Amino acid sequence: MATEVGPTSVKAPASGGAPIHHAPKGVGEDNRIATQGRWAAWLLAPTIIALSVVIVYPIITAIVMSFQKDAGLDPVTGLFTEGGPAGFSNYVNWIFQQCPAPGGGTVECPPGTLGSQFWSATATTFFFTIVTVSLETVLGFWMAVIMARAFKGRSLVRAAVLVPWAIPTAVTAKLWLFIFAFEGIGNKLFNTTVLWTGSEWPARWAVIIADVWKTTPFMALLILAGLQMIPAEVYEAAKVDGASAWQRFRMITLPLVKPALMVAILFRTLDALRMFDLPYILTGGANNTTTLSILVINQIRQGFNAAAALSTITFIIIFIVAFIFVRFLGANVVEQQTGAGKGKK
Amino acid sequence: MTAATEATELRARQDQGRKVAQNREKWAQTRTYISAVVILFWCLAPAYWMVVTAFRDVGYTYDTSILPTHVTLDNFKTAFDTSFGNHFGQALLNSLFIGAVVTVVSLVIGVFAAYALARLNFKFKYLVLGFILGASMFPGVALITPLFQLFTNIGWMGTYQALIIPNISFVLPLTVYTMTSFFREMPWELEESARVDGCTQGQAFRKVIMPLAAPAIFTTAILAFISSWNEFLIASQLSSDATQPVTVAIASFAGAQPNQIPYTAIMAAGTIVTIPLVILVLVFQRKIVAGLTAGAVK
Repeated sequence: MATEVGPTSVKAPASGGAPIHHAPKGVGEDNRIATQGRWAAWLLAPTIIALSVVIVYPIITAIVMSFQKDAGLDPVTGLFTEGGPAGFSNYVNWIFQQCPAPGGGTVECPPGTLGSQFWSATATTFFFTIVTVSLETVLGFWMAVIMARAFKGRSLVRAAVLVPWAIPTAVTAKLWLFIFAFEGIGNKLFNTTVLWTGSEWPARWAVIIADVWKTTPFMALLILAGLQMIPAEVYEAAKVDGASAWQRFRMITLPLVKPALMVAILFRTLDALRMFDLPYILTGGANNTTTLSILVINQIRQGFNAAAALSTITFIIIFIVAFIFVRFLGANVVEQQTGAGKGKK
Repeated sequence: MTAATEATELRARQDQGRKVAQNREKWAQTRTYISAVVILFWCLAPAYWMVVTAFRDVGYTYDTSILPTHVTLDNFKTAFDTSFGNHFGQALLNSLFIGAVVTVVSLVIGVFAAYALARLNFKFKYLVLGFILGASMFPGVALITPLFQLFTNIGWMGTYQALIIPNISFVLPLTVYTMTSFFREMPWELEESARVDGCTQGQAFRKVIMPLAAPAIFTTAILAFISSWNEFLIASQLSSDATQPVTVAIASFAGAQPNQIPYTAIMAAGTIVTIPLVILVLVFQRKIVAGLTAGAVK
């Protein structure tokens, strides 16, 4: 990440506030780009510097920390141990679930300790991500298709989907906690007597339902924006050629909406991988709803450096997923961004 | 068969075909309305339940009648009550303050970057865009550990700056790319025309560009404020009772009995926190949806 800060270092002397001329193409083009480059560097500098301070610096610090030992009382001997270089021991602690043993060496982390939860937290995080994003994609697509149709009250529906989006996640969590309370309306409606947050699968479903409710509108709006880019003539032509509704969906809608859809899925996936607020407030991470983010937070007060190692692992996992999306699944975010201008420069 | 009967038969068949098509059309329309009602219910019912509960007497917390019953304003009083260690009123002010500072700082810094990305041609443009988009997807949890230690060391734990600075890490990228996509859509040719008509550069900017850019900047400000207002993870770790924002206050809201969650008061607090946002969002619906989808992120 740090290497991407590059562009700003091309700081040329101030060009004295020269206006940006729109010379006709071809006339002094090179000169123009050079001038614009200098301007761009000045205009971008504040943002790049600010992001370097609030993101790049903490990340580097976290990586440095993750190779340090946590100072504190040794749990076994009860003696104070100094910090110091730790090599990869923090990472080993998480990935191989090895905790320090009395008299040096390591043993498998006993169940119940944070060290023993890494793989289950990873599994939970991916489980939540895959289930919520799949449900949101399907539901969001359906909502978008409906909202793209012409009918009376369409603007009402489009306004209504913004309501769950606008409610803060912390409030959403409390709201669904209330809905899923034992005597709450959830049990009443489904005619069940489930202690939703009391055991593994109901707790997981509570988190999933709340998350789907909260974030499907975002997905639907992104897909709707993609649908609206498709010209109606394409459908007319297909209809004339005798394509069925299903064929039109598969051969026209899907391929044309794919770029927007992939970006929506990418954003939602990366968001779901760092899920924290909902399970933290809804279940407190109990009953196998501890995500990686919750595990990091639980670890912070037990040792910064081990937490730093875990947050670095989390960061790397999210980075790899993003890379796979962009590289292999064709979610071209930057292109989508810059291409959104419809030819206008 | 005569030609005449053949013609009538043909007409009858055509009529029938038209009727079938009409019926199909009607059926499709009906299905659309059914779907629309389902969407409305799914999106609004839980929010409605929050508001109904907020106005319900605490003794009837688990009343499940759909219409408002035992209506009272006591829950709003309880929400602002500080005797159980809640600081909801203070938290509202904190959230407003933090949100305002984060929004203003991000806009002031970000507007330049957005202008450059939307209007100028330069090397590394994609790299910079990628960097800013990458920053916006950055997991907050990766920042929290180093910041926790840093702020502990320099005695910033529980201060406003300890909450404002991390928020900038995700609000600033959001402002930059939302504004970039807005700026790209603006009719910049008008600036040129104004200059041709004799405006100075400054006049062209003030009288033509500013009025055009104002709605874009305003929408971005709303989106920035909302995302700061909704932040929970970082605030839950770095804030104190005095500086905690509403999300943290609501998540840790305590009642008179430790084992009983004061749901009605929490729903009242949730309603207070949500209603202004919902009104804001509904009033500027079109612009907000444009901003959301142009930037292609929450």
